[in-house]
Amino acid sequence: MPDIFNFLKPKNELENQGGFVENHPYIPEELWVKCPVCKAAMLSSDLMDNHKVCLKCNYHFRIAARQRIEMTIDEGTFTEMDAEMTSANKIDFPDYEKKLKSAKLSSGENESVLTGVGCINGEKTVIAVMNSQFMMGSMGTVTGEKITRAFEYATDKRLPVIIFTVSGGARMQEGILSLMQMAKTSGAVKRHSDAGLLYITVLTDPTTGGVTASFAMEGDIILSEPRALIGFAGPRVIEQTIRQKLPKDFQSAEFLLEKGFIDAVVERRNMKDTLARLIRLHPDTMQKKEVAADERV
Amino acid sequence: MSAFDHVTAARANDRPTSIDYITRIFGDSFFELHGDRRFADDKAVIGGIAELNGKPVTVIGLEKGRNLKERMSRNFGSAHPEGYRKALRLMKQAEKFHRPVICFVDTSGAYCGIGAEERGQGQAIAENLMEMMTLKTPILSIFIGEGGSGGALALAVADEVWMLENAIYSVISPEGCASILWKDSSKTAEASECLKLTAQDLFKLGVIERIIREPKDIESKLFDGLKNLIAETFAKKAALSPERLIELRYNRFRKY
Repeated sequence: MPDIFNFLKPKNELENQGGFVENHPYIPEELWVKCPVCKAAMLSSDLMDNHKVCLKCNYHFRIAARQRIEMTIDEGTFTEMDAEMTSANKIDFPDYEKKLKSAKLSSGENESVLTGVGCINGEKTVIAVMNSQFMMGSMGTVTGEKITRAFEYATDKRLPVIIFTVSGGARMQEGILSLMQMAKTSGAVKRHSDAGLLYITVLTDPTTGGVTASFAMEGDIILSEPRALIGFAGPRVIEQTIRQKLPKDFQSAEFLLEKGFIDAVVERRNMKDTLARLIRLHPDTMQKKEVAADERV
Repeated sequence: MSAFDHVTAARANDRPTSIDYITRIFGDSFFELHGDRRFADDKAVIGGIAELNGKPVTVIGLEKGRNLKERMSRNFGSAHPEGYRKALRLMKQAEKFHRPVICFVDTSGAYCGIGAEERGQGQAIAENLMEMMTLKTPILSIFIGEGGSGGALALAVADEVWMLENAIYSVISPEGCASILWKDSSKTAEASECLKLTAQDLFKLGVIERIIREPKDIESKLFDGLKNLIAETFAKKAALSPERLIELRYNRFRKY
């Protein structure tokens, strides 16, 4: 006979399994899930139906890149690019291979970003989604390469680019080569931009460091999920530098909106329609002109 | 010398700063320009116009300050967003007037503070990277001391990057790296080795084009030699069309 107090149990069980690690909510396949912010317990299936957003406090759980693709791209239209590309330990950094191996295991992915082409409500777009489960979305050479290739492809095919960012920043284990990715990706963004094409970034929790200081902040339109942490320096680094506690909502998406650095905070349930609407508002006028010119001849 | 010896030398208080380079290379021809036209004048970034063998150049430097008082007023060379925006303004100005840009890099990193975040430190750096990539005039960056991560890169999306023999360039400080790796920020020597941050290492990795030897008598020999080298380099770059120049710059970073 089912125990009606069963919902009290998962808390301990999840903790014992290391389910809720600090700041890194992980959703197992359990029946009940607890929100790491408001602590409310809810049915896992209800949470999934609600786009992994807490039914009580609207906390947007971190989600894996593939799930994001499922939520955003029309079913059956996604084609992944460069899926097999993986990182190498180019500067002989201690234990980097080990780190990569465990990141691959825990995320089920080859790198911290997934790129491809697909449709959003019928609108064709290039999309890149970063993955917090892979070394906290840090930017290695392959991350930068996949994003650069995605932009070069989009420039060539005259497609918009959408990137969902989540990143702790540069990948220390790749030293200066990680830093160079900031310049490399920015160059590709600039060429895409100069071709008159649309680039939308969606900042998700957390987006910091070298990703913030490069392609995350280079979008024509910059959106964010509610309450995402967005900054250049992480809050702990700032607190250590200035030896003060930071205000509670410092570096939140809403804070950045107020300071003028993002265009809109968009709830996850509205994200897909918002993106489709924005793409539709940016028809490729340059291409049309070319066609029109051809027709005249 | 170990990697950490280079770190120590790069950070030494008696090391020449950007102002020394500007004074010794450009003399009285340097005319300083202030402000980002958006918010303020960031003293961690010094910039202006100068003459190099009779030809105008734009000069920008991250300036740490040469004594404690100066260091305080220049925030130890750690720029705020307005510093990067000032640098970009001067670069755009250089593009308009077809003069080359020379950047001296010496910073432990972009400043991490409340004001810096509020005014968009990440956005300011990102904009520099993007705009420098297609700036239609030659850019040369010389690392004279510390090259701390994104805060250094924001002045180093250049056609050529040179480093003084004892300068360093790294994605993270050795202290930061040690505290993440071994939870012990005192293991800086080991971390310095791992990061491959010396001029020699970076030359081998193809990240820089040239290492500038530091003569024992740094005062007398360094600056004259450097001045000639800069002039020669700009003369070569001037022969390239703007389109070719930015194509080569794109490829320079595309290869990483």
